Amino acid sequence: MSQTETRGSAVAQTTDTEQPPVDAPAGVPLDNRSGRFGDRLFSGISLAAGIVILVVLAGVAAFLIRDAIPAVVASPEELDRDTSFWGYVGPLVAGSVVASLIAILVATPVGVGIALFISHYAPKRLAQPLGYVIDLLAAIPSVVYGAWGALVFGAALVPGYAWLSEHLSFIPIFGPTHSTTGRTLLTAALVLAVMVLPIITSLCRELFLQTPKLHEEAALALGATRWEMIKAAVFPFARAGIVSAVMLGLGRALGETMAVALVLSPGPLTASLISTGNSTIPAEIALGFSEAFGIRRSELIAAGLVLFVITLVVNVLARLVVARYKDFSGAN
Amino acid sequence: MSAVATLQKSSLTAGRLPRWTPWAVGAGALAVSAGIMSLIGFNLPGWIVIAWLLFVPSMFVAARTVEGHQAGVDRFWTVLVCSAFVLALLPLVSVIVTLLVNGLPGLLDPGFLASTMQYATSQTDQAAAAGEGPVYGGILHALVGSVLVTLAATVISVPIGLFTSIYLVEYSQDGWLSRAITFFVDVMTGIPSIVAGLFGAALLFSLVDPQDSLMGFTAAVALSVLMIPVVVRSTVEMLRVVPNELREASYALGVRKWRTIVQVVIPTAISGIASGVTLAIARVIGETAPILVTAGVAVRLNTNLFNDWMMTLPVFIFRQLQNPTSPTAVGPSIERAWGAALVLVLLVMALNLAARLIARAFAPKQTGR
Amino acid sequence: MSKSIEAIDLDVYYGSFLAVEGVNIRIEPRTVTAFIGPSGCGKTTFLRTMNRMHEVLPNATVKGQLLLDAEDIYASGVDPVRVRSKVGMVFQRPNPFPTMSIRDNVLAGFRLNGIRMGKAQADEITERSLKGANLWNEVKDRLDKPGSGLSGGQQQRLCIARTIAVQPEVILMDEPCSALDPISTLAVEDLIGELKEHYTIVIVTHNMQQASRVSDKTAFFNIAGTGKPGKLIEFDYTDKIFSNPSVQSTEDYITGRFG
Repeated sequence: MSQTETRGSAVAQTTDTEQPPVDAPAGVPLDNRSGRFGDRLFSGISLAAGIVILVVLAGVAAFLIRDAIPAVVASPEELDRDTSFWGYVGPLVAGSVVASLIAILVATPVGVGIALFISHYAPKRLAQPLGYVIDLLAAIPSVVYGAWGALVFGAALVPGYAWLSEHLSFIPIFGPTHSTTGRTLLTAALVLAVMVLPIITSLCRELFLQTPKLHEEAALALGATRWEMIKAAVFPFARAGIVSAVMLGLGRALGETMAVALVLSPGPLTASLISTGNSTIPAEIALGFSEAFGIRRSELIAAGLVLFVITLVVNVLARLVVARYKDFSGAN
Repeated sequence: MSAVATLQKSSLTAGRLPRWTPWAVGAGALAVSAGIMSLIGFNLPGWIVIAWLLFVPSMFVAARTVEGHQAGVDRFWTVLVCSAFVLALLPLVSVIVTLLVNGLPGLLDPGFLASTMQYATSQTDQAAAAGEGPVYGGILHALVGSVLVTLAATVISVPIGLFTSIYLVEYSQDGWLSRAITFFVDVMTGIPSIVAGLFGAALLFSLVDPQDSLMGFTAAVALSVLMIPVVVRSTVEMLRVVPNELREASYALGVRKWRTIVQVVIPTAISGIASGVTLAIARVIGETAPILVTAGVAVRLNTNLFNDWMMTLPVFIFRQLQNPTSPTAVGPSIERAWGAALVLVLLVMALNLAARLIARAFAPKQTGR
Repeated sequence: MSKSIEAIDLDVYYGSFLAVEGVNIRIEPRTVTAFIGPSGCGKTTFLRTMNRMHEVLPNATVKGQLLLDAEDIYASGVDPVRVRSKVGMVFQRPNPFPTMSIRDNVLAGFRLNGIRMGKAQADEITERSLKGANLWNEVKDRLDKPGSGLSGGQQQRLCIARTIAVQPEVILMDEPCSALDPISTLAVEDLIGELKEHYTIVIVTHNMQQASRVSDKTAFFNIAGTGKPGKLIEFDYTDKIFSNPSVQSTEDYITGRFG
């Protein structure tokens, strides 16, 4: 198909032009000045594009800092609340971190398990379609997960919350009362877990598939069971990769907005995960920004900056782990 | 079968559990669990959870007694790994079923794809909820907004991303600048989408009159911040796998470097580049947060990216759920939200599928005799 | 139109590492010259300096002169791209452009440089080049099929056709037969014999029978040890090199005592 097209366009191109000078075949163009100019122009554009990215990132930082400063230095009176900016953002950071950590705690074992299932347990014929399914799971927009979490999943969890608050309320996180809508921080965290699951799974699956066959076969030949082979050959090879996949998942969970904004009915920080209350930075911004002006706007931007710094630290740590262990992974 | 073969077979299978063991143990666990449930009141999740809690140790004990410790541990982890997979399928199935069950009625509302929210009021919604009229309102404005904003973001991101990748792969010789760009592209990948939105808002807020800064173009700028790193990473990977031999073949014919890149390297990698771009589009078309803070909300059709508020599908879903058109009759709003969600997911799936097809269709033909 | 090549005190560096040292050689027009020697002795590196292809690698530099008919291709202001259009190259592994048809592969030197030509002229160049590469009869019915669909030997001859289509003065060949089966190798060797009538040909080969079959003159390169620069040891008529070399290490190499 494409070949005939190529040919068609070549013919169309050549028929309109007049015959070139007789000696044209004898040489590729002798005057190459324009060609050299093209080279310089092209490399210049490429370089400029790369620099644009650096400028954009510097711009992100500069604009956010500039707009955030008024709120950070403002007194509680100016902010119209009884704490400074840090007193305001602290509970939000706590909410973000708690929700993300719960999500990661749930998603990591399950994600690694699925990855192992696909790479080492599932029949070969199933492995590839299953990989597609996981990728599709990752492609579903977060607002859809949010709607599902708020309207379906949260409601389904209410009986569980009722049971927890009835029998385990002596543990602070299962608080004295429970939400009757299920729109709690724990629900949000579990929705986040579902959302980061495909990320962890697809990264781990790729790693597990790259495990040197030689190592695996060596372990099996020594009479190891499948699990012992995985422990001896797969995990050591993939350790750094798993850590970085988890960190990337954490970064994603920290920055995820819509799922939390839709699921949570936000409120002040509480210890209980199953009653109404708590919020996260992204949800706070999403819910409040459209009605925010002046110092409130600045406050939300400052909160966004705090979020940016946290995710940046998590992501850089993830890359450092990878870089650190790359030499020891045994991969060529 | 000869006696010897029988003997050998039995010596290798001796001390192994028969193949039906897991099924038998599973059935037993379910039965016992049903018994427990009948004492405390039956419910489906409880039944399955307790059955699973019984199944795992029984399998372990059974395998350990018959097959030895090693095999017992192996069985134990096999059960856990397979359980993880089944557990992960539950939310996926639930999401898909919910989308179809709740989304189809919305999608089938009259004029859902062809009208906007301009004439859908809380009165019409209350009437619809009371069963006295159809659910009015549709997603045309959001669909058009999504397409325009995403298109604008693509127009901004693809040239920047493509040329940056060309710089990284073809021109930079691993100098400090290329390492800086690579590092910061990685950093950009991790920017939370809401922060990208704030950036777009802050940038346009200071460039134009703040009153006018909420518009489709602002959202496109914010989305570009999310899209550029995705485009760069996939394109760099695709350019790297173009064999050096092809570049050399072109240079050896006395072809300029830029012509080599445009006419040899990029055509060879075009399928991968195009599918990467499509995946990037699929990612940003589902983004809500950046648009929420940059494009405002609109109930009517707006096709001008540079003027006035604009609606997109994800924001439409969010607003319908968060601020229903009629606070006393939320049913029609939820119905429209699910309808829009179904459309959005179909759109994203179509883009993902398109990415795979592009990758296959444009791949250089290896054979063709 | 073929030209002579002359290297004068040529050193090649990769960064600060001296890869090839002090080459002095004069290659006559319309001859086939073979470069032989053990792996890593710098013969391919030197070959690539003859059309400035080594500059594609980062940090590669050259000292000394390389004259193409008395014109120094390393003089300041010389455009390496122009040098390459006069000195063509055929690579170790056949590398037709996978996105192009056979016809477009032959015309790649024009098409990629943005030179337009009429259909009649394009057809004429295609036919002449493919005939020149002894490939015309095999592919004339499928010029619009992808070049990557050909066999290895046909692909290599397609690459030669592509090279001669732009009518260079010199053709450099870097082990052109090492990835080919014996029959394809024979076809390419026959072709080299015919091309000699019009072009100056330099060929790097590991196969000494091939060197003795196709070349008029042979240059033997050697290396004193790892990390030492490669040097041109002996350059003489092929008959002489293979029957009565004047340097001991050449004799050791061609009689198979090392390398």
